[in-house]
Amino acid sequence: MTRNEKKQFRAGIGFTSLWIVGLAAFTAYPILASLYYSFCDYSILKSPVWIGLENYQQLAQDGLFWKSLRNTLFYAGLSVPLGTIVALGLAVLLNSEVRGKSAYRLLFFMPSIVPIVASSMLWLWIFNGQYGLMNGFLNLFLTPFGLHGPAWLADPAWSKPALVIMSLWGTGNAVVIYLAGLQNVPTELYEAAEIDGASAWQRFVHVTLPSIAPVVAFNGIMALISAMQLFAQAYIMSEGANGNGNASDGNPARSTLFYTIYLFSTAFQDLRMGYASAMAYILFLITAALTWAAARFSRGQYEDAV
Amino acid sequence: MHPAAAAEPVHVVYWEKWVGVEGQAAQAVIDTFNRSQDRIIVDYYATSVPDRKTLVATAGGDPPDIAGLHEQNIATFADAEVLQPLDDFIHREGLTNEEWLSRYYPVYAKICTHGGHIYAGISTPAVEALYWNKTLFREAGLDPDRPPRTLAEFNDYARRLTRHDPKTGRLTQVGFLPQDPGWWPWIFCDWFGGRLVEGNRITFATDPHNVAAYAWMQSFTKEYGLENVKALSSEFGPWASPAAPFFTGKIAMVFQGVWYDNYIRQYKPGLDYGVGPWPENVPGVKDFAMAEADVLTIPRGAKHASEAWEFIKYLNSANPNAQSREELQGAELMDFLQLKNSPLRVWSPYFTNHNPHPHIAMMRLLSASPNATCVPQIGIWQEYYREVISSFDRVRLMDATPEEALAYSQARLDASWTRYRKSLERHGQWAALGETAP
Repeated sequence: MTRNEKKQFRAGIGFTSLWIVGLAAFTAYPILASLYYSFCDYSILKSPVWIGLENYQQLAQDGLFWKSLRNTLFYAGLSVPLGTIVALGLAVLLNSEVRGKSAYRLLFFMPSIVPIVASSMLWLWIFNGQYGLMNGFLNLFLTPFGLHGPAWLADPAWSKPALVIMSLWGTGNAVVIYLAGLQNVPTELYEAAEIDGASAWQRFVHVTLPSIAPVVAFNGIMALISAMQLFAQAYIMSEGANGNGNASDGNPARSTLFYTIYLFSTAFQDLRMGYASAMAYILFLITAALTWAAARFSRGQYEDAV
Repeated sequence: MHPAAAAEPVHVVYWEKWVGVEGQAAQAVIDTFNRSQDRIIVDYYATSVPDRKTLVATAGGDPPDIAGLHEQNIATFADAEVLQPLDDFIHREGLTNEEWLSRYYPVYAKICTHGGHIYAGISTPAVEALYWNKTLFREAGLDPDRPPRTLAEFNDYARRLTRHDPKTGRLTQVGFLPQDPGWWPWIFCDWFGGRLVEGNRITFATDPHNVAAYAWMQSFTKEYGLENVKALSSEFGPWASPAAPFFTGKIAMVFQGVWYDNYIRQYKPGLDYGVGPWPENVPGVKDFAMAEADVLTIPRGAKHASEAWEFIKYLNSANPNAQSREELQGAELMDFLQLKNSPLRVWSPYFTNHNPHPHIAMMRLLSASPNATCVPQIGIWQEYYREVISSFDRVRLMDATPEEALAYSQARLDASWTRYRKSLERHGQWAALGETAP
């Protein structure tokens, strides 16, 4: 390193030192401390007692841990592909030359900036079994057959699908990213395909999709990470629809007990911070593994297509 | 120190959940306390989820001087060493713990105690009673002034108060549904004579009375039909709204707390209703009731613990000779303004005779009852409560028989309790607690 480089290095460190201190104190330390606590019997105020792998062994035998994981994977398994299809479909439509294109784009983006508590309260009403908009619409078709829309959030069979449907409301962010991707697809590729007689569907499958594959992969992975961490809307709506005295237990009948909700109750209601830290690390590993698998899968698809 | 500086009053930081009417009442009582002396000023901070914030603030070494918690927090927080016992403060008053507790009705004394120590004073007491809609009683040919007196009568009334739409067969009104409000399914176990904890054992599924209670809760779904109940329940609005089923006449009988009168006046003024004791379920157990309380605690590390105790003492005492509104003090002033019962055994003439709560005599009868009960003070109550709710959901939704649901929860709770005991042993706490298990 030359003298000038050393000087620049010191200046760089100097300018970023505040950030480095912040990162070390408020991110790196808690991450490392929680790793240590995951091997401890720890309830915040009492001294942590090292118990080795006991928390992880208990997790393996904890039925609710597996239930919350199943619920979360069910949600992610439905919401990620469905969200991708809807967001991509909307982006393609919004990318076409129609009048008032900007207004439509704004319209579809707006829900994603509504605060999550406000949108959860709104969807609570939409999913109300008797007065909700959802059943009001469904019953137009079901009533002639003597059927009635489900109780949604109050019915264990429908509570998770309800949250999946709600997740589509916030696809605006993904739509914007898809739109940016679509606008980067060279028009000459479409022209060449059109000259070769490709239909609109064929152009979409053989030109659009391969061209924006990295964008699809990025959005898919972000959606997957976000789905694995689902918390606020499930927490609010489970209590709002079932009113079980703030039990934070994914009511009804733990059908919406997602991983982070179980983690939250373990940490802040039962004060089992060591166990909750172990859960957090397991979630980190699962998310990392799924992300790696998704990235690998999408790279394969992309390379095949190219 | 300069003499003037020494005379500066101490500011006591008090975190409490109440806003609205209850918050105004709390502030009025605090103002009275602050005016009554010149040494201490209590500063009231309305705080959402004060329990979690107290926990984190105490861990961070900067807790409030007084934390307003729920009674179900006491055991968990005490075992986690968030709270400091009030025993020493009480002894400094020249009282033993027993003498201090003897001033309360037994159920409230129990609420304040865990592991042989007193951890809390009462801020807002409550007691739950049977509420019934007199208009619906009349329509069903029942005497509106005679509530059911036994479980058999209660079930019979519930049946007679149930209505179906003659055209569609759908339920339009029910006598009773255990999921309204659905906050305390565990109380039905006690009502059936069951115990949730016996000595150092969890007895959720092993006590047959608890299984019987859950079978009774499930019987309503069985009788009305699951789909019918779901359809009717979806018409229920939030409990504190004009669309609450008791206010709209969709449910004729509910078990609700002393506060319910406030909400009836707000959301369904003019509702013709009665308030009475829980019907006798176990022969000989009369005036069964459930009591609850919001409590005042002093977190460990509080900077002004002695001054905080002064306020807790004030709020857990009263002027037994009060003859006017102005003479009401402490607990009675708070409960008068909040329209609640007093947790203390001795009520002043003014509080007794001029109480704005129309059913205060019934509330006093129930809170004084030796058969009044409360949540068990056990450190794993939050986990226990979640199992209670989960089992309740499973039986009312016909997902499991009561035996299956409770056996599943029992297995989980046994494991939790074993693990919890082990943790207390690791921290050297079990020896003291084990002697005084709930």
